[in-house]
Amino acid sequence: MENQPFLVAEQVSYIFPDGQFHVLEDISLTINAGDFVALLGPSGVGKSTLLRLLGGLLKPTSGRISMADLPESSATDPIGVVFQRDNLMPWRTVTENVQLPLELQRQADQESRYRVQEMIELVGLAGFEGSYPAQLSGGMAQRVAIARALVHRPALLLLDEPFGSLDALTRERMGQELLRIWHALPVTVFMVTHSITEAVMLADEVLVMGGRPAVGDPAALIHRVPIGLPRPRQLEIQGTRSFQKCAKEIRSAIQV
Amino acid sequence: MPWLNKQPTWLIISISFLGLLLGWHLLVAWGGYARFILPGPVDVWQQFLIVLRDGRLLKHSLYTISEVIPGLIIGSLIALPLGYLLAKSQLAERLLSPYLIASQAIPVIAIAPLLTIWVRSTYWARVLVAVIVVFFPILVNIIAGLRSVPAELYELMASLQASRRQIFYKLELPASLPILLAGLKVGATLSVIGALVGEFVQPKSQGLGFLLVTARYQFKTALVFVVLVTLAVIALTMYGVVALVEKRMLRWQAKN
Ligand SMILES: Nc1ncnc2c1ncn2[C@@H]1O[C@H](COP(=O)(O)OP(=O)(O)OP(=O)(O)O)[C@@H](O)[C@H]1O
Ligand SMILES: [Mg+2]
Repeated sequence: MENQPFLVAEQVSYIFPDGQFHVLEDISLTINAGDFVALLGPSGVGKSTLLRLLGGLLKPTSGRISMADLPESSATDPIGVVFQRDNLMPWRTVTENVQLPLELQRQADQESRYRVQEMIELVGLAGFEGSYPAQLSGGMAQRVAIARALVHRPALLLLDEPFGSLDALTRERMGQELLRIWHALPVTVFMVTHSITEAVMLADEVLVMGGRPAVGDPAALIHRVPIGLPRPRQLEIQGTRSFQKCAKEIRSAIQV
Repeated sequence: MPWLNKQPTWLIISISFLGLLLGWHLLVAWGGYARFILPGPVDVWQQFLIVLRDGRLLKHSLYTISEVIPGLIIGSLIALPLGYLLAKSQLAERLLSPYLIASQAIPVIAIAPLLTIWVRSTYWARVLVAVIVVFFPILVNIIAGLRSVPAELYELMASLQASRRQIFYKLELPASLPILLAGLKVGATLSVIGALVGEFVQPKSQGLGFLLVTARYQFKTALVFVVLVTLAVIALTMYGVVALVEKRMLRWQAKN
């Protein structure tokens, strides 16, 4: 499935219907199956809006977004989303929250219970299965949301600053876990982040978004940087010259 | 009084209740009121024992309760789908809410006589009055509850391709349950008032309202007091039952 276009956006524009707020203008991108793409850009530029469009949660005002047919994927639900806010259901325990996607697909067998437990352990929350979201820290809640987005093995994983409220060390560890999962599963990842290091560390390609929709200048993709670093990547790679070069290129693109 | 503050609730309530009785007793003893104007607690207690022994209190209480409970249940069952419709459909809200709000300007006392003309059965006329009293606060709470469901959770359900039915059972119902149960608590006490209003308008043969009206005509003021206290106890019990259900169903809230 490598190198086949999986998710394609063609000249997508988006205007919020209420305030006639023009956020995105003429966005075109192609994400190949199995790719890991990161999106960077200043706050308020429209990253979350683009992510929602790609996930089909918003309909483009003009342009097209299409997703390739999934060949033998058994998942009836092709996407998993981690929203900028953790979006947990406060009346459900950690286990029940993670289980939600499977429940909606009417899977409640032994195998699914095993998978829920596996995901909880993966995000390092073993021992908190029966806790309610209000009893968790912000970072723990985000990890629950990540487990929930992965539990049904989606073909497309959309991540909106998934590590936003984690400390630097946990953040690095979760990034490595994400890479491990991505290697192990046939999943395509689109991730919004504010960290250049994280983007270079994880992605095959980094997109940079620019513009100031708040003052009538709708955002567009202004730069794309392919990250050719070898895989699998360990944390040490951050010290190498090629890593620094990518990071520098992105930084100067953002500052334009 | 820090010492009092540390005592268990039941003890505090007992103390304040005893104080109330004592104050009442002293007021009657020193004020020298005629019994038919203000009976003392001892008179009321003796009257209570009389109607308890001859079975009248139980008979009339049971009859009133048999109006109150169906009133609450039917009122909620009508309010539930209508509230859902009003919260979901702008058209329905624009069409119906003027009437619903206007109807609240008319006191039940004023329409209760009409209802007793239209509904042949004394019993059902009274239940209907209870239904009308209960209906509106529950309706308002259902709408408020549904409106309180965070938009992000709707987005989550959409990203997981949940059906309308699943959205209702797994999101809207549990998310609006706290506000809905708060409405039900109010409704539980109001249903007692509703049934009583029905009995006042049509004081035929049975019910605490009937007992109250006859006692008043016969200047048996102590009996009026017995009935009032019994009504309060019934309302408190109804409230308590709903509060108990609430505590069981909203265990997750206690952990917040
Ligand atoms: N529902 C909405 N209606 C109208 N305007 C909106 C709505 N949601 C977002 N916007 C506007 O669209 C713009 C882009 O918002 P978006 O959430 O996509 O930004 P972002 O790039 O994700 O920012 P951040 O990095 O802070 O999360 C913002 O200027 C915001 O004011
Ligand atoms: Mg955002």
